[in-house]
Amino acid sequence: MDQEIKHLPVGDKALLVEFGNSINLQINQKVRNLDSLISQSALEGILECVPTYCSLLIYYDPLRISFDQLVSQLRDLEERMSEVNFPGPETVIEVPVIYGGEYGPDLDSLARYHNLLEEEVIQLHSGKKYTVFMIGFIAGFPYLGEVDDRIVTPRLATPRLRVPAGSVGIADRQTGIYPFESPGGWRIIGRTRIRLFDSGKSPPSLMKPGDIVTFRPIGEEEFELDSK
Amino acid sequence: MTKIMKLCKVVKPGIFTTVQDLGRHGYQRYGVPTSGAMDSFAFVTANLLVGNEPADAGLEITLVGPELTLLDDTQIAITGANLSPTINGCPVAQWQTLQVCKTDVLSFGRLKSGCRTYLAVRGGIAVPIVMNSRSTYIYGKFGGFQGRQLRTGDIIKAYDSPTSKSRLIMPSRLIPQYASELTVEVVSGPQLTYFTQLGIETFFSSSYAATPEFDRIGYRLDGPEIEKGNLSAMISDAVPVGAVQVPSNGKPIVVMRDAQTTGGYPKIAIVTTPCVSRLGQVKPNDRVKFSEISLSNAQKRLIEYGAALSQIKRNLVELA
Repeated sequence: MDQEIKHLPVGDKALLVEFGNSINLQINQKVRNLDSLISQSALEGILECVPTYCSLLIYYDPLRISFDQLVSQLRDLEERMSEVNFPGPETVIEVPVIYGGEYGPDLDSLARYHNLLEEEVIQLHSGKKYTVFMIGFIAGFPYLGEVDDRIVTPRLATPRLRVPAGSVGIADRQTGIYPFESPGGWRIIGRTRIRLFDSGKSPPSLMKPGDIVTFRPIGEEEFELDSK
Repeated sequence: MTKIMKLCKVVKPGIFTTVQDLGRHGYQRYGVPTSGAMDSFAFVTANLLVGNEPADAGLEITLVGPELTLLDDTQIAITGANLSPTINGCPVAQWQTLQVCKTDVLSFGRLKSGCRTYLAVRGGIAVPIVMNSRSTYIYGKFGGFQGRQLRTGDIIKAYDSPTSKSRLIMPSRLIPQYASELTVEVVSGPQLTYFTQLGIETFFSSSYAATPEFDRIGYRLDGPEIEKGNLSAMISDAVPVGAVQVPSNGKPIVVMRDAQTTGGYPKIAIVTTPCVSRLGQVKPNDRVKFSEISLSNAQKRLIEYGAALSQIKRNLVELA
């Protein structure tokens, strides 16, 4: 059954297209499909689109297109979505991670929470392919899903004031990587040296929604090597 | 290539002084906020007073001003919050072109109104363009002056621009007054269903006080709690500038220009674009009320605001 697509005003210059209200690949795929259809069709008056888990926020210029006009054009595109063949994910990004110890201060407690060994958590976390659902929170931060049921873990009750750049964390069914040092409440299980955001590059973010991400456990030596 | 000159040396940085322009657009999909001057009206006016383009880079000064020693002759303009500016100890006027000379000392005193003061310099502040903008994004550590706020000893540069004899002033009737109580207009938000009828009534009928948490990311407000219904947690979605989010404590947070691009707090309302600029002049203990307007009225105001910005130049008066 196809859920009804909602079009909602968000302030005086944005429109939200909502495809559903759950985290799943099918809905997220629709978000990405509409996003790419919009960029291909060069709709008049569109300023910027922000794809997230189950919705697409579209910034527009009300001088060039009205809310109602935009809704009707979007409806046309949405109808075409089922007929268009969208290319599958092309980009697979491997992220080398050093798990546990000082780099993953929550690995031990997360393992105990689930009655698992640290090695098992590492195996479960690195044994899956993840899809980038969205980039958000801070520049270049990928929301990846979904982790194995056995390591689904709630956020920390009290967020840390400083999470180091490169930290790999788990929050509920999601896993993610902090591109910069920042406050944060995700449970940190490891760290990578991979550079997720470079303001000098175009695009500046290493990952984009729809990309496939894998984690590869590494040791101290390779981690130190990556820093050079 | 435009020539670059040394503009000034930072003797004291103030509590939070950054380089800003009109923002970094088109990168929210990568998690990059728009940044840019919190109060775009005052910012643009400062630029126009020194013959610049509206989006040339200037300084945004917060509550406590810096002390700057000029390293060249040029023209500047100071707009926005009234921070009692002085040159070599003598009070100078805001909202008009000021001629300054090498070795002059520009400093600021007591805050009389507003929260953020803008300093424009003829030619614009010279910093590298990062992703189409010169605005500082503190949390990403890029843009502006080395991706950070100004510090003592920094040498600020500007693009060299031929000096002009012309001096301009903003007519006093057009200078905004930053009263400590204000009503901002909002369009109701996309997650209204997360709130009870009582919660929505509380939000629109109450006055909220700005707290000391009032940075470029957002304003945490204090006042009556906004009641939420029983809906489970929402799934994070995109958060535009001006969104009024309500976290679990029921106290609203207005999202400003450096905020994270996505978030999971339900949005009860979205502040209109012109009122977001006005909010940039709100300081702790100021009081804010929210008044709902329709989408079509909000868009009328947005278009009028754009027109007002492009009218500023014509409204400036030549000083004798």
